[in-house]
Amino acid sequence: MKRILAIVMVLALALSLTACAKTEKAESSAVEESSVAEESVAVEESAEEVSEEAAEESSETAEETSEVAVMSHLDYVNAELDSLVCVETYVQAKQGWWEDKATVYCQSEDGAYFLYNMPCSEADYERLVPGTRIKVTGYKAEWSGEVEIVDATFEIFDEGTFVAEPLDVTELLGKDELVDHQNELVAFKDLEVVASTDADGNEAAFLYNWDGSGEEGSDLYFNVKSGDVTAQFTVESYLCGADTDVYKAVKELKIGDKIDCEGFLYWYNGANPHITNVTVK
Amino acid sequence: MIRRLKVLLLTLLIMVSGLTFTACHGSRGTLEFTVPSEFDKTKNYEISFWAKNDTNKAQADIYKKAIENFQAIYPNITVNLKLYTDYSRIYNDVITNISTGTTPNVCITYPDHIATYITGNNVVVPLNSLLTDEVFGLGGTGVDFDAPKVDEIVPEFLKECYIGDTCYALPYMRSTEALYINKTFVEALGYEIPEKITWDFIWEVSEKAMEKDADGNFKVNNQKVMIPFIYKSTDNMMIQMLNQLGAGYSDENGNIEIFNENTGNILYEIAEHAKSGAFSTFKISSYPANFLNAGQCIFAIDSTAGSTWMGCDAPLLDIAEDSIVRFETVVREIPQYDTENPKMISQGPSLCVFNKDDSGEVLASWLFTQYLLTNDIQTSYARTEGYAPVTVKAQNSEDYKAYLNASGTDNNEHYSVKIDATEILLENTENTFTTPVFNGSASLRQAAGELIENVVKSVRRKETIDSAYIQKVYKNVSSLYRLDQIETGSSQGGKSDLGPLPSTAVTLIVCLAAAWVLIILYFIFIKIKEHR
Repeated sequence: MKRILAIVMVLALALSLTACAKTEKAESSAVEESSVAEESVAVEESAEEVSEEAAEESSETAEETSEVAVMSHLDYVNAELDSLVCVETYVQAKQGWWEDKATVYCQSEDGAYFLYNMPCSEADYERLVPGTRIKVTGYKAEWSGEVEIVDATFEIFDEGTFVAEPLDVTELLGKDELVDHQNELVAFKDLEVVASTDADGNEAAFLYNWDGSGEEGSDLYFNVKSGDVTAQFTVESYLCGADTDVYKAVKELKIGDKIDCEGFLYWYNGANPHITNVTVK
Repeated sequence: MIRRLKVLLLTLLIMVSGLTFTACHGSRGTLEFTVPSEFDKTKNYEISFWAKNDTNKAQADIYKKAIENFQAIYPNITVNLKLYTDYSRIYNDVITNISTGTTPNVCITYPDHIATYITGNNVVVPLNSLLTDEVFGLGGTGVDFDAPKVDEIVPEFLKECYIGDTCYALPYMRSTEALYINKTFVEALGYEIPEKITWDFIWEVSEKAMEKDADGNFKVNNQKVMIPFIYKSTDNMMIQMLNQLGAGYSDENGNIEIFNENTGNILYEIAEHAKSGAFSTFKISSYPANFLNAGQCIFAIDSTAGSTWMGCDAPLLDIAEDSIVRFETVVREIPQYDTENPKMISQGPSLCVFNKDDSGEVLASWLFTQYLLTNDIQTSYARTEGYAPVTVKAQNSEDYKAYLNASGTDNNEHYSVKIDATEILLENTENTFTTPVFNGSASLRQAAGELIENVVKSVRRKETIDSAYIQKVYKNVSSLYRLDQIETGSSQGGKSDLGPLPSTAVTLIVCLAAAWVLIILYFIFIKIKEHR
């Protein structure tokens, strides 16, 4: 009996070993899939470290020229491109966080700033709520007419807050002076929605992407008219995604609608406002 | 006492045996795909296709039409399209979805990205057996449309889809880079454009274009702005320059060779021309096409798939009409160090199929993938930009030949700059190359471009570019992209290193070991007892 039992146990163990061999692939697959998950986490962690390293490098650069003083908006405007600049300003809106870099609209009482791809941890990004006071040190750059601060480091202050009120620049639409308000929160009043034309020549009140090639979640483009001036406005999907009120409102627009708009005065080969609020009259 | 010990031992043995069985029922991944013998057309399949377009409605429409026509052939397969305009977004989304088991069925991709996807076993379907399967393989007897055979895919393009000996993708479209030239300005500067252009020629003409008049305007365009040479993809710039020089970049095993003397010399040369303002990049200034069309650039290097934006008569324009300057556009191969042995990169989207538990679903995905290589889709998508079809079947079709022959008859579909750019790839397919693929090769590619971007930015910021700077930038870029942590020794980039064993596997091994120890102890105990 004992021998039979022992043989049974040995057989059972041998069987269990065989069974394990058969599932080796599945098991190893699970292992390797988890390695992919780890890879993905590693990618994210790597990005975090990259961000930290980039921030460290930037801060090294900043330290090398740490004498740069906090400047006024006028000093910033007068600063040469590619020079080191330092400003104290307030977060107005966040356009996105991608590969541990943040793109942020900022504004102070005397002017606005666009911070492009600023190394930033996810935790810090969460702290950059509208009104937050920050000190930014980086390089002044220009890309397709958009003046921005790049390769920047920043410091968050616990005290001090400012949220800009939109400035009505309707009268400046189509005029050279509009650029003086670049990146500011602005308002355009009493506009008429006019047709946008897609790549096939079809007319619509708005397009997904500039030529109609997009889909839900893509940037929205729509044309407005004020007096004799026609301008193209954009709902930038990273700034205001498909779940935002403005995105939904633009999707409901009809040609001929009378609207007021608010947004940030972004620049791309000319004024390209990133609209954050639309009111249909 | 002995009886109790025996009972205890037997009980332990049973428990351990039970445990080993339990351990064997651990988590299970997707099984390796094997080609089914038949495709069940009575069963409904819903598959997802993540595609990339160049923010181009015609391309998006072609995908939609392809899906519609495919569904008409296979009414039991529904294809859900998700459109992207950026490869890196697809890559990140796929990585996220691998960990949750929610990958798409078919995806536009690059082999560099696949190298990361396949660090998980059975995530991407190896296509070797599918390529030649008699029934469901390319152009097989069980395929209900006129698909190309495997030998009808351009061999150079198919080869790019292999990692090691395994084919993980099918090419979808191919492009290379081209040099778009403002011929009017080059001639105004006193030069003739040669058939084959060298880097020396580009730099010389670019420097000549920097001359200004007494008012501070550039003489060549009478404007305040002139960047004679703008490169869109600095990744490609560095990669191609190194390849043309026969210099190190990396090998198939993931050994990083980019930090070499040739790279340093290239960076010094770029720094010199960035300092004079003769050279800039897309990331620093903007799209080369916008400067070219505004008469503010003479040499623009961009993908052949960006050719519809190049030139003052281009069908797609991104600047105000009153900013456009009239000039003659000429297209050439990218500059070379040795014009007798031209080298240029091969790029463009490929298609991979993700593995699923249901082999029928995978087969449905494969059939759709195959459908995207049919003539109608290949030729119509290629016409949207300066792409080349990936099959000789499509390239040799009468329809496609007629399209090429109609070059210049209009400034839309037959825009001459676009077709000239396409011809560069068609005529140089054997002169194209791709970089070695391994887990980490995508980072290395980014690092290659970052070297150039850093140098140009530093020059503009009045930093000194010397040996110490170059060493520092090497160190920073290597660290930023973790090039020093890339696993070497396998074309699949460290697949051999799977990291520590998961806890379930450790438990299983411990239980098995304990079981065998107990068995041995039991038999020793019996033997001792018998001996007594």
